[in-house]
Amino acid sequence: MNLFTYERASDASGAIDLARGNAAARYLGGGTNLVDLMRETVERPDMLVDVTGLPGGIEPRADGGLLIGAAATNTALAADPHVRTHYPLLARSILAGASAQIRNMATVGGNILQRTRCRYFYDTAAACNKRQPGSGCDARDGFNRYHAILGASPSCVATHPSDMCVALAALDAMVQLDGPGGARRLPLLDLHRLPGDRPDVETELKPGELITAVEIPPLPIARRSTYRKVRDRASYAFALVSVAAALDVDDGGMVREVRLALGGVAHKPWRASAAEAALKGRPATAESFRAAAEAELAAAAGLRDNAFKIELAKRTIVAVLTDLKGEDA
Amino acid sequence: MSAHSDPASARPGRWQPAVTQDPILRKHGAQGNGPLGQPVSRIEGPLKVQGKARFAAEFPYEGLCYAALAFSTIARGRITTLDTAAAEAAPGVVLVMTHRNAPRMKAPSLMMSSPTAAGASELPVMQDDQIHWNGQPIAVVLAETQEQADHAASLVRAEYAALPAVTSFDDAKKTPRQLDNILGQPPVVEIGDAEAALKAAEVRVDQIYRTPRHNHNAIELHAATVAWTGDELRVHDASQLLDLTAGQLADIFGLEADKVRVSSPYVGGGFGGKCLWDHQILACAAARLAGRPVRIMLSREGVFRIVGGRTLTEQRVALGASADGRLDALIHTGIVAMTTHNSCPEQFTFPTRHLYAAKTVRLAQAVADMDMVANTFMRAPGESVGTFALECAIDELAEKLGLDPIELRRRIEPDKDPTSGKPFSSRHLIEAYEKGAARFGWDRRSPTPRQRRDGEWLIGMGCATATYPYHRFPGGAARIRLTAGGHVTVSTAVHDMGMGTATVQIQHVAARLGVPLGRVTFEYGDTTLPRGVIAGGSTQTASVGGAVIAATEVFVEELLKLAGNDSPLAGLSLADVETRDGGIGHRDDPARFESYESILRRSGRDELSCEADAPPPAEMEAFSMHSYGAQFCEVRVSEITGETRVSRFLGSFDAGRILNAKTATSQFKGGIIMGLGLALTEETNFDPRTGRIVNASLAEYHVPVQMDVPSIDILYTDIPDPQAPMGARGIGEIGITGVGAAVANAVYNATGKRIRDLPITLDKLM
Repeated sequence: MNLFTYERASDASGAIDLARGNAAARYLGGGTNLVDLMRETVERPDMLVDVTGLPGGIEPRADGGLLIGAAATNTALAADPHVRTHYPLLARSILAGASAQIRNMATVGGNILQRTRCRYFYDTAAACNKRQPGSGCDARDGFNRYHAILGASPSCVATHPSDMCVALAALDAMVQLDGPGGARRLPLLDLHRLPGDRPDVETELKPGELITAVEIPPLPIARRSTYRKVRDRASYAFALVSVAAALDVDDGGMVREVRLALGGVAHKPWRASAAEAALKGRPATAESFRAAAEAELAAAAGLRDNAFKIELAKRTIVAVLTDLKGEDA
Repeated sequence: MSAHSDPASARPGRWQPAVTQDPILRKHGAQGNGPLGQPVSRIEGPLKVQGKARFAAEFPYEGLCYAALAFSTIARGRITTLDTAAAEAAPGVVLVMTHRNAPRMKAPSLMMSSPTAAGASELPVMQDDQIHWNGQPIAVVLAETQEQADHAASLVRAEYAALPAVTSFDDAKKTPRQLDNILGQPPVVEIGDAEAALKAAEVRVDQIYRTPRHNHNAIELHAATVAWTGDELRVHDASQLLDLTAGQLADIFGLEADKVRVSSPYVGGGFGGKCLWDHQILACAAARLAGRPVRIMLSREGVFRIVGGRTLTEQRVALGASADGRLDALIHTGIVAMTTHNSCPEQFTFPTRHLYAAKTVRLAQAVADMDMVANTFMRAPGESVGTFALECAIDELAEKLGLDPIELRRRIEPDKDPTSGKPFSSRHLIEAYEKGAARFGWDRRSPTPRQRRDGEWLIGMGCATATYPYHRFPGGAARIRLTAGGHVTVSTAVHDMGMGTATVQIQHVAARLGVPLGRVTFEYGDTTLPRGVIAGGSTQTASVGGAVIAATEVFVEELLKLAGNDSPLAGLSLADVETRDGGIGHRDDPARFESYESILRRSGRDELSCEADAPPPAEMEAFSMHSYGAQFCEVRVSEITGETRVSRFLGSFDAGRILNAKTATSQFKGGIIMGLGLALTEETNFDPRTGRIVNASLAEYHVPVQMDVPSIDILYTDIPDPQAPMGARGIGEIGITGVGAAVANAVYNATGKRIRDLPITLDKLM
């Protein structure tokens, strides 16, 4: 860990001022990922601006949606009664992640901006285009069980590790940002980037920009939603594949509306738009579910260790949709 | 006053291993053994939960500085540039030690190569520019705080001239190396022509089984606090081999043996990993260079880089049987990865040498040399992975024969050791199976796979044999000190890595001498005490038992002398008496008795101190001595995702007498939990391109977590082994054996898929 200064901000403008003009400053949430990266010298900030004192409230909005302060802890969000009732997929996704101790520390803003757990990214002795642009990618032909099957590039096959973001992706969440250039809003789905040839640039955040809140629009069908995470042990492991889904089936057994997002498969939380399009207006049957999954994974490509995830993702999509349909019936 | 044993050991009344039984076994039954076997809680438990038990990295010293290591990033070659300037200039740095300025030190000697050898490897430590594995320490930074040391270590820059390295097992195994012995046993055992018998057999199983590398992940990180006073070296270590460590450090630094004192009262998990590795040696060297005490505590990554683990194995098991379920051929061969600088061949053929009757046998194992950190002992080295292969093959054979797997084992149960021909000291494997099967509900298992399900979850049951050898290490001594107040202190330099050594030995001494638990102290964990044995190979309890028996004999003889002619004991010798009720009494005459305190008081003594060496382990030569068990597992496997969850587990053990029901049950359960990791989750990712361990972290190296572990039921026969001290065989390692196979066999019963390649991850079941 390198030497750094520590500052604590009490509001967004104070935080932005502290970090202004300093490319080596980092905003600090719960620190459950950033501090690890600093210990490994992967992140070398010279200043930490602690933003855990910024708003962290979880407020229902007049339209039935939700406004979540970026400093809300993962634990608080998962335990929120409104979330549990109206967005069970969000509560379940958070509880499927990390450990209780980590969730107590981790913030919503930090969760969104956590970085890949690719071990070659962590090991400064390895080649990693994300850590050191142009150095190569040891993961592509190395241990890549946890790596991407969708949207990867020759430069990078890393995955985004968040569970919560998979649910947020399914919910069309908006991210509120503030920064030296002023405040703005961005769909969560547009915040994270695919790796392309610049895997070191992971988000659309501008220098000094800070996530201040997350908006979740109203989505009545999300009352019947869930999150399923498939992993190598029963707890405290990253997803091999995860699925966040909400499903609404009409009286005729046809899909009226569906939301579907995947985790553990790409450099960003993966909204399964092709599968959604394939399902809408179709009969809610195992055959349709499978066809939709096939459509979504049509472009998937496996690596040495992770080709099984293509079939695993399809099966998990079908299983989750089948369960949701069952609940509906 | 004090007394020592004399070398003549065949006097009447003395325990003669393999000839007579430990006299404590006579007390079993009518008179009983008081606290022996009782579920006594760990005596150090309150200290530990209050944070008052001081571990190796918690000893304060005036002027203490903190160490951090920098590691090599190539597997083999030479350091061409080692730039330490930035590290030396970093805040708080006391010094940077490299091969250029490290004190000259002798290389360690391989453990078991001499009575004081403790080396996990025989490579010199930081004496030259040569790199032998990816992760080898290349620099030690000492600083005023741990954070300063860690930071400075990250600033050390090295460049290398790499040499071709063997970092692929597939390459390495093309040139197998035959060893001339496997831990003192022949590497090849042949009875008859097993290959011919296999070909001719009515029913055959012939399969390859693979197990991956595993790494040690005890809760307590490897650590030491070291301080020099002139030529005297004080080491607070986390150790399971105190005396060997002291002797080896004395040898490395050219000191008289009595100039090195090592202590290790509390250890947060050992499992074979808490031995002598580079970090203690480097800490001692750096402390000498700096002239200050040093604390070193490895990072979790550091443990992966410089402490070896279990090596990978590739095993063939071939069984040929007659249609009625007798073995015509038993073949178990294979190869493991090792290095040219260590000697841990992962003795996977060992269980097969003693388990089943077969007309012909062929057992052989070789090694494939790789450029990697020295692999090492890890809970039941050999037996843990050897039983995976053998017991899966037995299950496959049972299915082909149309026999219940327990019935097959009944038919191949030998009446004497199948390879050595020696009689068994005590073997109740089938009884363990029957007890376990009844409790587990084995009769509910369908012999045909895929017959039970709960929604998407397929449910199956499997069983497998557990086994681990009995050993008693020679060379240990014990001292018994009795005070006029009637307090007994027993001392020997042994170890408690959390398994309950001190608690069990207090129970043992109380039972042996017939005194209450509260009047016994057990001193251990310090090389100033009488020489102890290592805590390895599940041997420590029996080994301490042997020494305490010998010390007790001297103790009783001295007390009989002191008692003199005015005692009811007048004229009695060791063979006539027994220890009971806080004193010595005639074996057959309850009236002839005098208490220890009375004898001391009448003889005007404040205390009596007696020390003796354990007699050599002749019982191991005369008998085939092993513990056994039957492991039962129920799994649920998702038909959709392939996820396996263990829903029930039962271990039924035959390990001689159980000395403490509570700590023993914990040992068995701990072994089983580690076995669940071996079966389902644990695998070191060793990158064959670089020889570097990729998942050097508890986040990516998956040990079982709470949710992976079901309720575990433990049974034991509790039948004393007549040849073992206290009737007890070791229990530290047997728990992990057979677990991999029990899980794999249950997975087969659930799904109809045989997984012969550990760990059983979901992709293999999709």
